[in-house]
Amino acid sequence: MITGEDVVDLSRLQFGLTALYHFLFVPLTLGMTFLLGIMESVYVMTGKQVYKDMTRYWGKLFGINFAMGVTTGITLEFQFGTNWAYYSHYVGDIFGPLLASEGWMAFFLESTLVGLFFFGWDRLSKVQHLTVTWLLAFGTNFSALWILLANGWMQYPVGSEFNFDTLRMEMTSFADVFFNPVAQVKFVHTVAAGYVTGSMFVLGISSWFLLHQRDVGFARRSFSIASAFGLASVLSVIVLGDESGYTSGEVQKIKLAAIEAEWETHPAPAGFTLIGFPDQERQETAFAIKLPWVLGLIATRSIDEDVKGIKDLRQESISHIKSGMVAYGELQKMREGDKSPAVKTAFDQHKADLGYGLLLKKYTEKVTDASEAQLAQAGDDTIPKVAPLFWTFRIMVVSGFTMLFVFAMALYHCATRTADQKPWLLKLAVWSIPLPWIAAETGWFVAEYGRQPWTIAGVLPTHMSVSHLSSGQLWFSMGGLVTFYTVLLIIELYLMLKYIRLGPSSLHTGRYFLEGKA
Amino acid sequence: MIDYETIRVIWWLFTGVVAIGFTVTEGFDFGIGALLPFLGKSDVERRVILNTIGPNWEGNQVWLILLGGALFAVWPPLYATLFSGLYVAMLLVLFSLFMRPTGFDFRSKVDDPTWRNAWDWALFAGGALPPILLGVLVGNLVQGLPYRLDQDLRTFYEGSFWALLNPFALLCGVVGLAGMAFHGAIYLGWRTEGVIHRRACAVLDLLGPVFLVGLTVAILWTIAAFGRPEITSMADTAAPSNPLNKTVTLNNSWLAHFAAHPWMWAAPVVGVAGMLTAWLTGRKGSSGLAFLSSSIGISGVLLTLGFALFPFLLISSIDPRSSYTIWDASASHFNLLLSFWITVVFLPIVLLYTRWAYKVMWGKVTERDILQDSHTLY
Repeated sequence: MITGEDVVDLSRLQFGLTALYHFLFVPLTLGMTFLLGIMESVYVMTGKQVYKDMTRYWGKLFGINFAMGVTTGITLEFQFGTNWAYYSHYVGDIFGPLLASEGWMAFFLESTLVGLFFFGWDRLSKVQHLTVTWLLAFGTNFSALWILLANGWMQYPVGSEFNFDTLRMEMTSFADVFFNPVAQVKFVHTVAAGYVTGSMFVLGISSWFLLHQRDVGFARRSFSIASAFGLASVLSVIVLGDESGYTSGEVQKIKLAAIEAEWETHPAPAGFTLIGFPDQERQETAFAIKLPWVLGLIATRSIDEDVKGIKDLRQESISHIKSGMVAYGELQKMREGDKSPAVKTAFDQHKADLGYGLLLKKYTEKVTDASEAQLAQAGDDTIPKVAPLFWTFRIMVVSGFTMLFVFAMALYHCATRTADQKPWLLKLAVWSIPLPWIAAETGWFVAEYGRQPWTIAGVLPTHMSVSHLSSGQLWFSMGGLVTFYTVLLIIELYLMLKYIRLGPSSLHTGRYFLEGKA
Repeated sequence: MIDYETIRVIWWLFTGVVAIGFTVTEGFDFGIGALLPFLGKSDVERRVILNTIGPNWEGNQVWLILLGGALFAVWPPLYATLFSGLYVAMLLVLFSLFMRPTGFDFRSKVDDPTWRNAWDWALFAGGALPPILLGVLVGNLVQGLPYRLDQDLRTFYEGSFWALLNPFALLCGVVGLAGMAFHGAIYLGWRTEGVIHRRACAVLDLLGPVFLVGLTVAILWTIAAFGRPEITSMADTAAPSNPLNKTVTLNNSWLAHFAAHPWMWAAPVVGVAGMLTAWLTGRKGSSGLAFLSSSIGISGVLLTLGFALFPFLLISSIDPRSSYTIWDASASHFNLLLSFWITVVFLPIVLLYTRWAYKVMWGKVTERDILQDSHTLY
C-alpha cells in the first residue's frame, strides 16, 4: 500500500519543526553545563563568593532553558513511534538500543542530578556540589553522544544487515556502530557547537551588563570565562568540522556534492564554489565564484582524489536501483516460500541495494516491473534539492566565522584588560547572541534535508518510513504542537528576559546592582 | 551466552521492572500533581506540596522515557504499533507531559497569583491526564486493539480514538487516576506535617475504596466479558521474530490461564493486600511503611496484567495472528544480549545515585522552608 504524499510531507514537516525547535534548547544546555562546571571549579579553588554567585545566576537561566529542553525532547521520543512506525519496526534493532543507552547513561544522570544542582547548595559540601555540577555536564554530553551515534547511523548505516526472516535491519556489530566515523565527527562537531552557544550567550549578556555598567565585577569575570571557552570551542567546531564525514557512503557524497552545487566531476583537486546560484533544472550553477583546490582538500584530505559530481552520482544511484530491483524480486520469492540456494545467493549478491529498490515503491507497488521512466524518476529522487542546501550551508559557515572573529576580539581585549572600554565590541557581542542558533539550525537542516529521500541512507526511503495515518490525524497533532510550542516559547522568552534584566540581583544576596550595590 | 528463548523471557521481566519503576516513582509525582489544587489552599501550601517532589521528579520521569526506549529497543513492533495506532491518545499524553517540566520550573519564577494559579491547574492536568489515559490504554490492551499487519509487517490500525473510550476502558482510567492519586497522597503525607499531612491522609479514605472497588470490578468484568488469546500453532520460541508465522484463537478463558499456572495468583493477592495495608496504615498518618505497601501493591497490580497476558504483549482484535508475543515481536538475539548487559551494568548505578539524591534532599518540607528559601525553591 502506498502512503499518501500529504501524510509523508506532513510527517516530515512535523518532525523537522519539532526537532529544530528542540534544538533551540539543546546546544545551550550542552554549553551552559560545562560553563557552570568551570565557574564552580574556580569558586571551589579560590573560595571567592562571586564565582558561586555566577554559578547560581547563570544556573537560573540554564534552568529555564533546561525545562524547555526536557519538554521538547519527549516529543521526539514519542514521534518515532507515532509518526514513523515502519521506520521503528525496520531499524528499531539498531536505533532502539542507542536510545535506551541514552536513557540509562545520560537522561538518568542529568535528570537525577539537576535537582541537586538547584536545591543541594546547603545540603552538600563544596566538593560534592561541584561533583554534581560536573556529572550534570557529562550527563548532557553523554546524551548528545548516544543520540548522535543514532543519527550518524542514519547517515551512514554500518554494523548492521537486513534479515529476510524478520524483514528488518538488525545490528551485527556494536563496535562498528559506536566507532562509526560519521557519528564520531558529528558528536565532536555538535557538542563543540553547544559550547559555542553557551559561551556566546554568557558573553552577550555579560556585555549587556557591562554596557549598562551594572555588576561590573561579576560581568567582567563571566565575560572572560566565556571568551576563552568560546574561542577554544569555535576553533574546534571549525577545524574539526564534520566535513570529513562526507566521504563515507554514497548518500553523504551526494549531500556534499549538493552543498557545493558540484554538478560535474572535475579533475582533482576540485575547486570550492564560494558563491553562485544553483539551478536544479539545468543542472548548473550560475555566476559561480570558485576557489581552486579547496573542496578537494576539505573533502578528501588529498590533492589527487576526485570529488564526484551530482550527474555521475545520479548515474551510480540508478545502477544501485537496478540491483535493488533484483534484490526485491528475490526477497519476494523467498517470502513466497522459495528458499532454494540459488534464490538465497542471488539475494545476498544484491541485498546491499535492497533499499534502492524500495525507492521504486513510490511509483510501483511491485517494484520489479519498474519502467525506464520510473527508474529515471527514482534516480532523480536520490538528488536532494540543491539550492536550499547550498545556501543554508553558507549561512552556517558565515555565522561560524563571524563568531570566531567575535570571540577572538573578546579574548584579546580581555587579555589586555580593555574589553569594558570598547563599546563596539560589547555591542557586537550582544548582537551576536542569535548567531550560534542560526548556525546550529542551518547545520541540522543541511544534515537532514541533505539525506533525502532517505531516513536511513541507502536503506530505507522516507516515504516508506511513515506510519499509516490519516491527514486529519496529522493536522490534529500539528495544530496541537504548534499551539503549545508557540505559547511555551513566548513564556520562555518572557522569563529569560525578566531574569536577564534582573541580573545577579535575582539571587537576593544583597550584593548586586538592583539591590543598591554596584 | 544466554539462549534466545531465555533472553526473551528475561527481557519480558526487565520490561516489567521498568514499567514498575515508572509507575512507582513517577506515579506519586502524577498523583501529587493531580491533588495539588485540592490539598493546597494557599500559595505557600501549594509550594510545600510541589517541593516534596521538586528535587526528584525529573529523575523519576526518566523511567517513562526509558520505558519508551526499552520498547523501541527490545520490542520494536510493539513500540511501532502502540504509538502509531493510538496516535491521538499518545499525543494527548505528550501534551499533558508538556505541562510538567515547565510547570515545576516556571510557576514560582513570577510572583503573581494569576500566573501561579494558572500553572497549578496546568500541573494538575499534567498529573491527572497521563494516569487516566494510560489506564484507558491498559483497558484497551486487555480487550485487544483493532490492528493488522501486511506482508511487509507494516501496521494498519483500523479503530478510532473515540472507540478507545469504551466503558471498560474508562473504568480502567478511573482506577489509574485513583491509584496514582492514592500513591501520591501517601508520599505527600510522608513528606509533610501539619495541615497538609492531615489532608493527604484524609483523602486516602476516598481514593483507597475507589481504587480497590474499581480494580475488583475491572478484574471480574475481564473474566466475564473478554476472551483470552491462546497460540494454536507457532514456530519455536527461539525462531526469528515474525508475528505472521503463528495462528491464534481469541476465545480462551483468563481463569483457565491462571488455573494452569496457579502461582500467578500471587500477583493479584500481593496487589490487593499491598494497597489495603497502605490504606489502613496511611489513613492514620502516612509513613514509610504505607509508602512501601502501596509500592508493593502497585507492583502486584502490574504483574497481574503481565502474567495474565503472557506470552502476549499486544492482542489484535481483528486479526489474531498479527498479535505480538514475546516469541515473535522481540529484537534480534544480538540486540537482546547487548541491551541486557547495558542494563545489568547501569541499573544498579542508577539506583545507587538515585538513592543518594533522595537521601540528600530528604526531610519534611514545611512552610518555614518555603518562606526562608523563597527565591530558590519551586
